[in-house]
Amino acid sequence: MARKVTLQRKLGFTALAWFLGCIMFFPIFWMILTSFKTEIDAIASPPLVFFQATWENYQLVLNQSDYLKYFGNSVVIAGGSTILALLVAIPSAWSMAFSPTRHTKDVLMWMLSTKMMPPVGVLVPIYLMLKYLGLLDTRTGLVIIMMLINLPIIIWMLYTYFKEIPSEILEASRMDGAVLWKEIVYVLLPMALPGIASTLLLNLILAWNEAFWTLNLTAANAAPLTAFIASYSSPEGLFWSKLSAASTMAIAPIMVLGWFSQKQLVTGLTFGAVK
Amino acid sequence: MKLSSILIGACSVLALGATAQAETITIATVNNGDMIRMQGLTADFTAKNPGIELEWVTLEENILRQRVTTDVATNGGQFDVMTIGTYEVPIWAKQGWLVPLTALQDDPVYDAADILPAIAGGLSVDGTLYAAPFYGESSMVMYRTDLMEKAGLSMPDAPTWDFIADAARKMTDRDEGINGICLRGKAGWGENGAFITAMSNSFGARWFDEEWNAQFDQPEWKATLDFYVGLMNDAGPAGASSNGFNENLALFQQGKCGMWIDATVAASFVTSGDSTVADKVGFALAPDNGLGKRANWLWAWSLAIPSGSQKQDAAAKFVSWATDKAYLELVASKEGWAAVPPGTRTSLYENPEYLAAAPFAKMTLESINAADPTNPTVKPVPYVGVQFVAIPEFQGIANNVGQQFAAALAGTKTVDEALAEAQNITTREMRAAGY
Repeated sequence: MARKVTLQRKLGFTALAWFLGCIMFFPIFWMILTSFKTEIDAIASPPLVFFQATWENYQLVLNQSDYLKYFGNSVVIAGGSTILALLVAIPSAWSMAFSPTRHTKDVLMWMLSTKMMPPVGVLVPIYLMLKYLGLLDTRTGLVIIMMLINLPIIIWMLYTYFKEIPSEILEASRMDGAVLWKEIVYVLLPMALPGIASTLLLNLILAWNEAFWTLNLTAANAAPLTAFIASYSSPEGLFWSKLSAASTMAIAPIMVLGWFSQKQLVTGLTFGAVK
Repeated sequence: MKLSSILIGACSVLALGATAQAETITIATVNNGDMIRMQGLTADFTAKNPGIELEWVTLEENILRQRVTTDVATNGGQFDVMTIGTYEVPIWAKQGWLVPLTALQDDPVYDAADILPAIAGGLSVDGTLYAAPFYGESSMVMYRTDLMEKAGLSMPDAPTWDFIADAARKMTDRDEGINGICLRGKAGWGENGAFITAMSNSFGARWFDEEWNAQFDQPEWKATLDFYVGLMNDAGPAGASSNGFNENLALFQQGKCGMWIDATVAASFVTSGDSTVADKVGFALAPDNGLGKRANWLWAWSLAIPSGSQKQDAAAKFVSWATDKAYLELVASKEGWAAVPPGTRTSLYENPEYLAAAPFAKMTLESINAADPTNPTVKPVPYVGVQFVAIPEFQGIANNVGQQFAAALAGTKTVDEALAEAQNITTREMRAAGY
């Protein structure tokens, strides 16, 4: 009897999870579907589920825009900023997790508070700083800005993962003669690898999807895929299927990456959740 | 001797290489058919101007506006040519952010006198042109000739609001999914803000009096909004408070609107192959109330050179190429006269080939000529602009006011509540801005 209840609950939760998953995935599914419609089919009311599929939108988008240039910029900006942020965040998180002071919590809260300010509030100062440094519309400028934007979250995530690791292990390595960098590289990082991997993946996704800074600080040279999508929207004219094709092409790489790394992502995000 | 010859030769090659290096200008533009077509014709410009390369940055209209505003206000110099509208030009020109196009104005080949006076007026400050129009638009009535006939009515060339309301109610057939009229209802200064402001001009309303006092508490505004909400409730589509240009275009193309009052550029869409009613569309001027002002707006997407550009000469050559008469002929030779960007030059509307290819040409010209951005309202006003007020604060205020209008249309507020809130918002913001 008890087994039956458990099975029912299992089935119930599975059904609920699938239902919620389908709801969350539906907009992406509809976008992909729309990308294969003609503009007239895309605006049909009631919406069409069955239609004559066409590759026309993808051909048009590829002819009109240099997709590879935008893609390359996205890879450099998202990848570069994430790696740079990890290089800064790992020692910071180590310091806060294993050598805390009475102000550590305040520093962490302050870092998090920078995420609470609307980005537009600092647009003009940052724009002017990049202008005077000659970094406007450069990938270097964007890598630095995206690194700074995501740094608080990365430090917080790593700090949480590092706190789960017993400090006695690190102390033992020190007693065995490990210097600081060896302690971090050979002892701490292997133990925190799932957490670091999920932090890396999550921030890669955040940096890939970021639209405010990437749109406002780029023009012709460093524009990533967010600018590629923005070029296919228009308040006057039918554009839904072309926009859907552009959006599908923009999110496809990160979706594929997410699909193949979902195990690591889930492992990392639930790291230490169950003791 | 031999070595020196080699060195001189090498230096010459280097110097030639340096001079032959192309200058690249960056153009910020919006995503619409005419602009995309222009990008496709880049080769013609580079062939005529060797040494100048073009780099395009195409963005959605609102993103572009934010992007170029940041750049021009900080003298960022990221763009050499910017696509901006009649709202930005007078404000930015007064700030000294734009390069005056006096050379173009004085160039007899360019023939600036050929630019439609209403459009040129909207892009000039004290008689100096600060942006060259790429295409211009007004608004007009597009209607289904078959449904009008079925309703037993005949659309005059210059209808009144009473006629439009009567026709809309008679054309409405809810069982068949036909709405008598489709109008913008989506909140936003460029959406319902543009339409209702232009409409209010024909009802004798105005945004501000001569002392910059908000006027939403005046009877003309109540008459405007009562008429709009009543008409849309009786003859408009369901969920109209979410409909902007694109949504109404989709409805009209699917045969679900008897009439649609919107931008003149829509004429080419509703008569194109994508439209299911392409052969049943007629055009008329935007309606009036017999007060001397029609409910049509005026807009021109134009090319301007920001003061921060380091390549102003090359940028001026591009602006001239993209907006002169030869460009219109170039487009016509490649894609036919119907594809030519409309609403900028008088000579285009005297061209029999264009008039034959574009059945909406006459009404477009009359609509543009009927708009007067320097004298937009029945009562005197201290501002320039037909469907907007050319002050920096307008965008923010009109976005909020547009939300009040949308709420009145959706029925979540009464007309009186919406107008009272609009009056409060506008008064507060204008006071904060120091007016």
